[in-house]
Amino acid sequence: MSPLLIAGLSAAIALTQPAPQARPVVVASKPFGESYVLAEMFAQLLEARGLRVDRRPGLGGTEIAFAALRTNAIDVYPEYTGTGLLAILGDTVRRTPLQAFSHVSVEFRERFGVRWLPPLGFENTYAVSVRRETATQYSLRTLSDLARVSASLRAGFTADFIGRSDGLPGLAGAYGLRFREVRPLLGAVKYRALASGDVDVIDGYSTDGLIARYDLVILEDDKRFFPPYEAAAIVSPALLRDNPAAIAALTELSGRIDGSMMRALNRRLEVDAVPVADVARAALDSLGLVHGARDTSVTPERNTRASRRGSFVRAVIDDRATLARRTLRHLVLSATSLLIAMVVAIPLGLALERRRQLAEPVVRTVGLLQTIPGIALLAFMIPVMGIGVVPALVALFIYSLYPIVRNTYSGVRDADPSAVSAGTALGMTERQVLRHVRLPLAAPTIMAGVRTAGVINVGTATLAAFIGAGGLGEPIVTGLALSDTGLILSGAVPAALLALVVDLGLGACERLVRPKGLQ
Amino acid sequence: MPVTLRGQLEVRGVSKRYATPAGVVAALADVSLDVASGECVALVGESGSGKTTLLRCFNRLVEPDAGSVIIDGVDVRQSDPVALRRRIGYVLQDGGLLPHWTVRRNVELVPWLTRAPNVSGLRSEALALVGFGDGSFDDRYPRQLSGGQRQRVAVARAIAARQSLLLLDEPFGALDAITRAELQAMFLGIRRERPITCVLVTHDLVEARRLADRVAVMRAGRIEQLAPSAELIARPATEYVARLIEKAGLREDGVQ
Repeated sequence: MSPLLIAGLSAAIALTQPAPQARPVVVASKPFGESYVLAEMFAQLLEARGLRVDRRPGLGGTEIAFAALRTNAIDVYPEYTGTGLLAILGDTVRRTPLQAFSHVSVEFRERFGVRWLPPLGFENTYAVSVRRETATQYSLRTLSDLARVSASLRAGFTADFIGRSDGLPGLAGAYGLRFREVRPLLGAVKYRALASGDVDVIDGYSTDGLIARYDLVILEDDKRFFPPYEAAAIVSPALLRDNPAAIAALTELSGRIDGSMMRALNRRLEVDAVPVADVARAALDSLGLVHGARDTSVTPERNTRASRRGSFVRAVIDDRATLARRTLRHLVLSATSLLIAMVVAIPLGLALERRRQLAEPVVRTVGLLQTIPGIALLAFMIPVMGIGVVPALVALFIYSLYPIVRNTYSGVRDADPSAVSAGTALGMTERQVLRHVRLPLAAPTIMAGVRTAGVINVGTATLAAFIGAGGLGEPIVTGLALSDTGLILSGAVPAALLALVVDLGLGACERLVRPKGLQ
Repeated sequence: MPVTLRGQLEVRGVSKRYATPAGVVAALADVSLDVASGECVALVGESGSGKTTLLRCFNRLVEPDAGSVIIDGVDVRQSDPVALRRRIGYVLQDGGLLPHWTVRRNVELVPWLTRAPNVSGLRSEALALVGFGDGSFDDRYPRQLSGGQRQRVAVARAIAARQSLLLLDEPFGALDAITRAELQAMFLGIRRERPITCVLVTHDLVEARRLADRVAVMRAGRIEQLAPSAELIARPATEYVARLIEKAGLREDGVQ
């Protein structure tokens, strides 16, 4: 039954994926608004030059995007020199913007075969910001000014910023900052928290559209602590080797986007809620790179996003086809990985019952796999498996193993000891005891493990969007990046409902496998 | 029915030690015992006296460290343990019925394992011997039976393949007095119908006297005395046996 089912599910995966094309240029972005806009501009420009494009927006962070690029799983994404220096090369030497660019350019080519195209023309550095009233009240203009009064202020920073040595720890050291309180905040809620007065200081990006919207004051980095963050397209070794036309097209954007233009684009995206594709098209049009606004984009957010912001119900109704496609993909990802996990974990649990001295070490090791953070696991797998459905399935498979192995092993081990010894005493072989006594008696426990794994799986499958595998995580990731609550809910609510349905369904299976005499 | 009298047991110098957290414990120390074909011997003793360990040596659930167990002239070590166990009935204290199987399937277990030709005939024969001849219990699950009914089914299961040797590990110990008396009567009835060699573990001397031809009093891994119950009561070999008889309130005239 299982091989057939798996074949069927694989077919379903294939159906929910775009048809494979001969080597489209894979354009990716990281999960924040500016990265989406730049990537969409790359994509539309490439299409305007007659190249086919595969969009993978919202990859789950620098590690994943870069690991994917280095291994040719994606071909191009927008990156920043400072991030290249610090997050990828681990280099903290202070440099001017020009030095920084030439350093990453050389190092990336030699170490990874990855090429930095000439910078796009703007910097997007960390921008520590306060409300205008706070700036006036304490007469703050620079970070040195902030240091004087930091003890009475509450800060809300992204977890990333709090953790990175080029973030808060370094900054606090350089300026002597000591806040009354530092709260980790998600990018999307940071601005609202600042505006509502929950916090007084946040870390932003200098090109954030929201800085203007909330009338914030960026404090000047007067000691030049932050490295230069010049934006540029970085391209994969394969694209560099095989597709000079794509490189030429992408280079057309070099030096064309300045800081004020990028701020305006971000503002249109994040404040005016214009769809990414439209923002990108207008930008390319205004640069004279694309003429006559060809409608080639297929991003799901297209045209509907502005009208549906804030109304998640309308979003769901308007876009039933998209919702159905994502839900199906989500279900197929969860179910396939769960089935494979059952095929592996149940026999493993049964085998461990026969070799009990191995059982605890093995079960604990499987349990350890569970503790690997999702993003880290995905980042490990990209060099081997690329991005997309396969690594997502493998990650979900790994997360499903533990509850199933654990419950299978304990279930068969603890099966009614009296029944087990009677079976043995009356001449059942060990195999027969397993097959006819332990297994049926353990079936409800095993199924309970499968049920736990299934529900965890549906939740975890939202991470699949971080590696371009689609599913209901897709609108969640995009929504978080664009702080679009409606979009977030259009993924989160169906995912929660799906988890409920899966729980109910597997609960019914649990009752079904319970042997009659035990009810 | 021509009955080949089999089920003759010999235990020769059997010892068994267990490693426990408190150190090595001798569960059996040089035990020897003969059981004639068709005889019922009760192993009586307190917890830890070694009676259950000795019982489990007959079907190789326990492998002795020294000595040998011989059934019908063949050392059990020469038999495949699975095949051996299918030839020997076994009744656990709590029955050990498979909770997910009906009475029917439970009783048919050994005939099914040995692929006997007449599985359902053997089942109804065995159920008739324990008083369930009308088939009304066949489709019930163990959970739906009382404790006494479960033990009856367990006994039926242990003799369904017409085993010539039956091992019983405190089979009626967990039942109330009235039910226990009923099942003891049933057991005596079976022994009248079928010549089965029985080894019965019990901590109850009264039960041992009622059911067994001879009684082996065990203490600390040794047989203190092995004798018919009348002789045991009349001439206890050791002070321990005497005390045990006194505690059980047994007298020579058979009145408790």
